[in-house]
Amino acid sequence: MAVIQLFNEIGTIFRNRGGGRRRRFTKEEEDSIIENYEPEPLVGETDPNHPLLRTRVVTSKVGKRINVDGHDCLNLGSHNYLGLLEDQDILEEACKSLRKYGVGSCGPRGFYGTMDVHLELEERIAKFMDLEEAIVYSYGFSTVASAIPAYAKRGDIIFVDEAVNFSIQKGLDASRSTIVYFKHNDVKDLERLLVEQEKRDLKNPKKALKTRRFLVAEGIYMNTGEICPLPELVALRKQYKLRIFVDESISFGTLGKGGRGVTEHFNIDRNEIDLISAGMEGSMATIGGFCVGSHFIAEHQRLSGLGYIFSASLPPMLTQAAISALDRFEREPQIFEQLQTNAWLLHKIFSHFSKLRLCGDKLSPVKHLYLALPLENNDAERKLLTEVADKCIARGVAVVEAAYLQDREHKPVRPSIRIAVNRLLEESEIAAAFEIIESVSSAVL
Amino acid sequence: MGNFDAFEQGFASPNGNGRLPNGHGSPKERLSVEPERKFSAPAYTEIRTRRCNAKAAAESKQASSSSYHPEKKAHMNGHASATREQGSSTKPNQAEGKLSPEKEHYQKTSFEEVPMHTACLTYLGFYLLMILGYINQLLFVPKVATEKDREGYVALYDAFESFYSRYVYRRIKDCWNRPICSVPGDELTLKDRVTDDYGWSFKFTGTETRCLNLGSYNYLGFAAATGRCADESEERARDSGLAYCSSRCELGNNAQLDELEKLTARYFGVEDAIVFGMGFATNALNLPSLLGPNCMVVSDEKNHASIILGLRLSGATIKVFKHNNMRDLERVLRDGICQGNAKNGGKPWSKVMIIVEGIFSMEGSIVRLPEVVALKKKYKAYLYLDEAHSVGAMGSHGRGVTDYYKVDPKDVDILMGTFTKSFGSAGGYLAGSKKLIDFLRTNSHAHCYAGSISPPIAQQILTSMKTIMGEDGTETGRNKIMQLARNTRYFRRRLAQLGVITYGHEDSPVVPMLVYLFSKIGAVVRTLTTRHIAVVGAGFPATPIMEGRIRFCLSAAHTKEQLDYALEVIDETADDLGLKYSRKPRDPNPIEY
Repeated sequence: MAVIQLFNEIGTIFRNRGGGRRRRFTKEEEDSIIENYEPEPLVGETDPNHPLLRTRVVTSKVGKRINVDGHDCLNLGSHNYLGLLEDQDILEEACKSLRKYGVGSCGPRGFYGTMDVHLELEERIAKFMDLEEAIVYSYGFSTVASAIPAYAKRGDIIFVDEAVNFSIQKGLDASRSTIVYFKHNDVKDLERLLVEQEKRDLKNPKKALKTRRFLVAEGIYMNTGEICPLPELVALRKQYKLRIFVDESISFGTLGKGGRGVTEHFNIDRNEIDLISAGMEGSMATIGGFCVGSHFIAEHQRLSGLGYIFSASLPPMLTQAAISALDRFEREPQIFEQLQTNAWLLHKIFSHFSKLRLCGDKLSPVKHLYLALPLENNDAERKLLTEVADKCIARGVAVVEAAYLQDREHKPVRPSIRIAVNRLLEESEIAAAFEIIESVSSAVL
Repeated sequence: MGNFDAFEQGFASPNGNGRLPNGHGSPKERLSVEPERKFSAPAYTEIRTRRCNAKAAAESKQASSSSYHPEKKAHMNGHASATREQGSSTKPNQAEGKLSPEKEHYQKTSFEEVPMHTACLTYLGFYLLMILGYINQLLFVPKVATEKDREGYVALYDAFESFYSRYVYRRIKDCWNRPICSVPGDELTLKDRVTDDYGWSFKFTGTETRCLNLGSYNYLGFAAATGRCADESEERARDSGLAYCSSRCELGNNAQLDELEKLTARYFGVEDAIVFGMGFATNALNLPSLLGPNCMVVSDEKNHASIILGLRLSGATIKVFKHNNMRDLERVLRDGICQGNAKNGGKPWSKVMIIVEGIFSMEGSIVRLPEVVALKKKYKAYLYLDEAHSVGAMGSHGRGVTDYYKVDPKDVDILMGTFTKSFGSAGGYLAGSKKLIDFLRTNSHAHCYAGSISPPIAQQILTSMKTIMGEDGTETGRNKIMQLARNTRYFRRRLAQLGVITYGHEDSPVVPMLVYLFSKIGAVVRTLTTRHIAVVGAGFPATPIMEGRIRFCLSAAHTKEQLDYALEVIDETADDLGLKYSRKPRDPNPIEY
């Protein structure tokens, strides 16, 4: 009897504990709560003058020249670094592919959405990067955003540069890991944080044994145009037993002698990097993205990369365009040098604006123009930059202010005009563009 | 597209398919013959009986199935059922065999329970596989399963996860990711591959197998390498290139995408729409914009991974209700609203959102939309409807489940869907009020950061959507919708007649056939491939351990002959492998197409 009573008491305690949070209502009370419940509107009112509501309309094929809102412009805004969007051969091969496979793939990779072109592309990327396995995604944004949570889980720690692009930030969110941001390209700051973590691990060695550690960086940062200090990062990776993921959405096909990205640029063995991801929406001038690495790592995404498993595969004609782009990479490796020369040239010329300051690495095809004299807030800066961009477009140079969802970024990004360098630009064109931007910005600012 | 010509001719004759291939003479003759038949109340006969008298339902069907004269057959059946029911009931509507819409839906949806011994066998088989796998793992660790040059690191993968994928899933790994080298149309060409090392790696043999395609989501048969869609897409690619290399908010917006958004809005009868380059991302990257930490989401337990990911990113509180169970939905809603946000001291939620799919791709069931809308209104919740599989495939105009149920699309706050399936392209949309879409344009992750849709891909959507709407001036779209509805009903009824267990609603073109045992998934997929039929299998973890299944996706591109062939093969396979689990009485009469 005593035992039963004891059980009862324990039961009551538990029930009470639960009941503390849960309120009980009679049916009438419930009805009145529901009657009185007033939800917020589904979405708030949108300011009709919101900058993102106004989008420019492109009315031509995108290439070195572009027609924006009716103005024929020199294109310094599309991320078509190698100029492959204008390549007639690639277009022909893509159309041939369309005539063989149709437009859509009508299924995810697992369910008859895998076509021989997908396998060929994966094989070709792996071979090009001299790694074991590549995996192709159907959307650039979802590539790294799916890759990170495939490995990093709750309880793990991810060290990440604070300037990473939004897609990586979403991957970090989805992983539910502990995120530690270090200052942009500041290896000392990263090391300081790693040492701090080491101290914490000493206090709790049991937990430390189960905590996976990752380091995430971009080859060239979309938001700043800087190249990451990869040799130092790799050294830290070895010392602190981190796994390093590098997103090469911009650096793939632009850096290095053969366009193999930041690893080739620094001459680092690619096996030192655990996973390389990249969008194909830049230098390859198509849609989608890929991850490449050792078989052990990359293969895992075929069962765990959410954006890979649950999404329809990349339309075959766009896959073919990527294969054809790789053909060009291998056949004409001089295109990378041409691009780098242009990037360097543009860097040199664009460094002399009187009211704008150029940021980004001199070899990077992505550069940012900030106001030389910072204003009191981001909004005011953005408004001025939009005005500059509009007037530049009216005068025949297509530049755009970089679009951000400021309140959704993990910290606000300073507004800028993002310049994308095209391989096909000529020095005279860059100089002419400089003149126009200079005269517009001097007048506006 | 050869099939289409054939079936369009069928529609052209005023009598429709009066003379059916399975030979029944004229409808009038049938009238006199059929009352003699004794229906033993098989799964789908009853349904037919009820539906025909429920006028609204009949009318909606009539449009889509005039060719095989449902009204005549219906009349006869209705009469039979009326005489049966008159004795038992005094209510006039019931005497006519009329059922409430909920009951009708319930009747049309079938989730037959698994026989006990099969359940035991399934578990036993699964554990046996696991044990064998463990033994295998003890004895043999291949090179690919070890990481190079990372000694002293914390193991990258969860032990069970990697064990499962290497030693259990590998055994039937050859049934997925099968490469094809053709259009995924009514037929497809498989590239044959073999494995010398029990599934660790595959090699191509160089040969190809032509298969009937029951695996791709090509509901309306718009996947084609020739014809209008392909022509216009190619033209557009030559005109506008393959990509924009920029996001919509920078230099990736063009008149074509604006047109696509306007057309999408018109297609659904709502104010505005926004389109994205990937269906998965449409859910995963927009739900976080709409929801915040003080929101409650009531989500169906079978919702797609993209929705779950989007909800996870949003930080909202997620409550799950039982699959398509309206009583449970109401319970969860009521409870959630009354209790408020526990993390916030029980304060009321800022928003409550119900998220359901139109057709659930693994279950083949159709959401009970009218009831969901009623509940949504009662509890002041918002409704997010994912029509990835239902858009194009449902309703007499192909506008999805709102069209199917004749629900005002404005009652659904957010209409979401993909262009991958019925439209034979890629991408996704969100449609709703102008206010909502404007908000998304300024807050959507995908709109601001991701690359815009490739011009030929967008063109495929435009062309196929206009075809469905009949704006191309032909009946092709309408015929496709009718053909799909017909194929669906025919195939599902025939399967029920075979005695296999299928899940879901009789009008859903996604048809899961339950095989339960893990090893049978592999066996069926392999056997059907040798008989030139490509199907999809799904097992744990995509489904519960208990519910291994084979999934057929029907298409308007399939002809009756193709379906008959498939059914014949399925029949033989089901006999050989013992798949006829159903204990429901079977319809002894031939099913009409």
